[in-house]
Amino acid sequence: MTFIGNKSDLRVVGTRPVRPDGVDKVTGRAVYGADATMPGQIIGKVLRSPHPHARIISIDTSKAEKLPGVKGVITSADIPNIPSEEAFVGEGPMNFRDLSLNCMARDKVLYEGHVVAAVAAINDAVADAALKLIDVKYEVLPHVIDVEEAMAPGAPILHDTLFTAGVTPKPTTPSNVAKQVRFTIGDVEAGFKQADVIVEQTYTTAPVHQAYIEPHACVAAIAADGQVLITASSQGHFMIRAYTAKLLGIDIANIRVTNAEIGGGFGGKTVVYLEPLAVALSKKSGRPVKMTMTREDVFRGTGPTSGGTIWVKVGATKDGKITAAQTVIKLQAGAFPGSPINPALMCAFAMYDLANVDTLGYDVVSNRPKVAAYRAPGAPISSFAAESAIDDLARKLGMDPIELRLKNAAKQGSKTVYGVTHGVIGYEEVLNAAKAHPHWTAPLGKNQGRGLATGFWFNIGGESTGGVFINEDGTASVVTGSPDIGGSRASMAMMAAEVLGIPYEKVRAVIPDTASIGFTHVTGGSRVTYATGMAVTQAAQAVVEDLKKRAAMIWDISPEAVEWKDGEAVPAGANAGGFDPLPLAAIALKAAKTGGPIGSEISVNAQGAGPGFGAHICDVEVDPETGHTTILRYTAVQDVGRAIHPAYVEGQIQGGAVQGIGWALNEEYIYNKKGHMDNAGFLDYRIPVASDLPMIEAVLVEVPNTRHPFGVRGVGEVPIVPPMAAVRNAIRGALDLELFHLPMSPPRVRAAVDAAKAPKAAE
Amino acid sequence: MSKIHVETTINGEPMEFLANPGESLLDALRNTLNLTGTKEGCGSGDCGACTVIIDGRMTCSCLVLAVEAGGHEITTIEGIAQGDTLHPIQQKFLENAALQCGFCTPGFIVATKALLDKNPNPTETEIRFWLAGNLCRCTGYDKIVRAVQDAAAEMRGG
Repeated sequence: MTFIGNKSDLRVVGTRPVRPDGVDKVTGRAVYGADATMPGQIIGKVLRSPHPHARIISIDTSKAEKLPGVKGVITSADIPNIPSEEAFVGEGPMNFRDLSLNCMARDKVLYEGHVVAAVAAINDAVADAALKLIDVKYEVLPHVIDVEEAMAPGAPILHDTLFTAGVTPKPTTPSNVAKQVRFTIGDVEAGFKQADVIVEQTYTTAPVHQAYIEPHACVAAIAADGQVLITASSQGHFMIRAYTAKLLGIDIANIRVTNAEIGGGFGGKTVVYLEPLAVALSKKSGRPVKMTMTREDVFRGTGPTSGGTIWVKVGATKDGKITAAQTVIKLQAGAFPGSPINPALMCAFAMYDLANVDTLGYDVVSNRPKVAAYRAPGAPISSFAAESAIDDLARKLGMDPIELRLKNAAKQGSKTVYGVTHGVIGYEEVLNAAKAHPHWTAPLGKNQGRGLATGFWFNIGGESTGGVFINEDGTASVVTGSPDIGGSRASMAMMAAEVLGIPYEKVRAVIPDTASIGFTHVTGGSRVTYATGMAVTQAAQAVVEDLKKRAAMIWDISPEAVEWKDGEAVPAGANAGGFDPLPLAAIALKAAKTGGPIGSEISVNAQGAGPGFGAHICDVEVDPETGHTTILRYTAVQDVGRAIHPAYVEGQIQGGAVQGIGWALNEEYIYNKKGHMDNAGFLDYRIPVASDLPMIEAVLVEVPNTRHPFGVRGVGEVPIVPPMAAVRNAIRGALDLELFHLPMSPPRVRAAVDAAKAPKAAE
Repeated sequence: MSKIHVETTINGEPMEFLANPGESLLDALRNTLNLTGTKEGCGSGDCGACTVIIDGRMTCSCLVLAVEAGGHEITTIEGIAQGDTLHPIQQKFLENAALQCGFCTPGFIVATKALLDKNPNPTETEIRFWLAGNLCRCTGYDKIVRAVQDAAAEMRGG
């Protein structure tokens, strides 16, 4: 791979053109999941469990089936009972049996909102009436919501077949602890003995939902010959194809998925909920079936990310050298195993060059919806605790928080707790940029505080396909298998235009269906600009090589004697001959005479994704009367490798930071004693609104990733890692409050204010 | 129950359609009139994705019955551009990269139109409070607020 990302050589990369799909999205023309239709479609709806934990004794669908207008009713009896099988298809490991059981409960319901049956009917009203006629008999079982309670002896057990993995000897009794996992380097006991100062604390975080504004939606049809068509909004139409095939026992070649525009996902649309049911309902009814979730469905039935309990201990010498760091993390997985416990452990201290680290984690099931990926899964949870602890350590040491971090900063060659040695990374550059930013030294007023926190995310590469095709008039079409969730069509077109040497406006990027392009992993893991961008860049480079050959053919000289410059073939030197430059359009015009259509499709399994680091500075003002926290100023510094489209890179950073602010201050799942979620709507599950926020300044630091042609690092996930600790450290700075639990909502902050006053009152 | 005949004006065009008594204007727009640019994010008036303008007033179409639309003038996202010429608000949303997934964008653009029709020179605070009923999960609102400021300046002839 040749590095072509030197800034002075770039003509298109680094500019801010309007995205190819922009006009459709500002005029209402763009077709999202719920906007897609098929001729003759009917409506599919699901029946959800009212109980958090119950055995299904019987389901009688006979009355519903007899209702005029009902075209089909399905239960687990209509879904293949597939065996347990682990696979890595989406953004992480997935057990297909669990996924099947999550789409449709079989013997037990495991959370309030778990699907037990589904109907297809001629319209919404008939479907709703039919759901009321389905008679489900339950044996209600004791439930458990909290992670510590789920781990306690005597807790209600969700799965009789679940034995804690990762402990020896293998347990003989089932447990809600699905897995115990540990990453260690060095000797923390010895490290703590060298420490002059130690901080130790337990923190908790609440489960939070990705809260994409578009509810899940799809339309699906299966024909008499078994051919399946699905149009759905998701982070990966190949993922939908793979999961639907597996869950229903259909050959992959018989399923074609078109990706509708996606209205946000943030990891939450890397799994299926509706699509297998829509296909099963279509099979039963003989009609295309459209399914759309309500907002309440989204909250009750789809994956938030885990809440957790995080114990952290960090020790340092007087001069600020960290000698040991340790954490124990317990994460809620929801009803099935699969919390992001591994990345939570791996990311907690990945910003630091440490000799002694010990991390121990537990993946714990309880009667909540199965968690799904959410932006840097796990890292924000562990980093909230770790970066709060580092801040407390800096206070105890009397050190500037940036100086403490710089003193211990990970750099090229630093070994991580999970065994990987960091390559070229930009953490020190990020810290220095934060230190140099005027925000860091700006004055603060009464009840105001400033906090800083940093974060790390791996970023991934993986399998992607990109194609570049030269049209007869010299314009180019770019195709990829990556759903565009935030402007990636623009980045793809820009990289192709850069390599081809033609204007961005002459390149159009399109995302075809699963039968029309090679396999591509989900839009997740901050991988699209990196991995899919690599495929597109390589395809464009292959096209350039072909164009040079064709020019050589036209000039009747050797291909080695042709160079590609600014969109034109030129003779390599005086010896090559005195030919006038041949522009791309002129070569395209003669394609038929020089070998036929010009184009290339490249599939890659991209390795070498460069990790990203961020440092966020947050100013708050806290009202000691109400406990309300106002974000006054926010600066997010991040190493982005090379920003292809800086405006969309800034947008990722701004959006990620604000999601983190919501996580810090407002968002949480609230359960009542019956195990029901009490706030399944945007009124009571409060995500940040425009009036809650100031401008969010994104500062782009560019330390190119040497393993991508343009130097790209993933940028989408890092920005959600630092905010919770940054906000917490700022509140601490404002009122000197000890806060260890998320969200730091007004009642909680007010309680901390009262607690801080209490000893004085007693004096 | 039989459907009710509704006569209304949508994006300057006379329209008539049949609606169930309990049907929302949002459902009528999307399902009956095939104006799917107006989105449903919550169905409870909390997210603003379904924002339309009724007789000059910004409204969540999920909270209005379709039959209530009779005799009123409704503007949806499909009525903001003039033919193939984008409205300055739309143009500034594009230039400022004020959308990522784009799902909330129609609601924001319609809400911004309602704001700037009333107040051609809003402060940042006024913009933020006017748009507080429109949820965006992607952008953190920064680029949206800047797009609104730019559009306001352009519409003032700046």
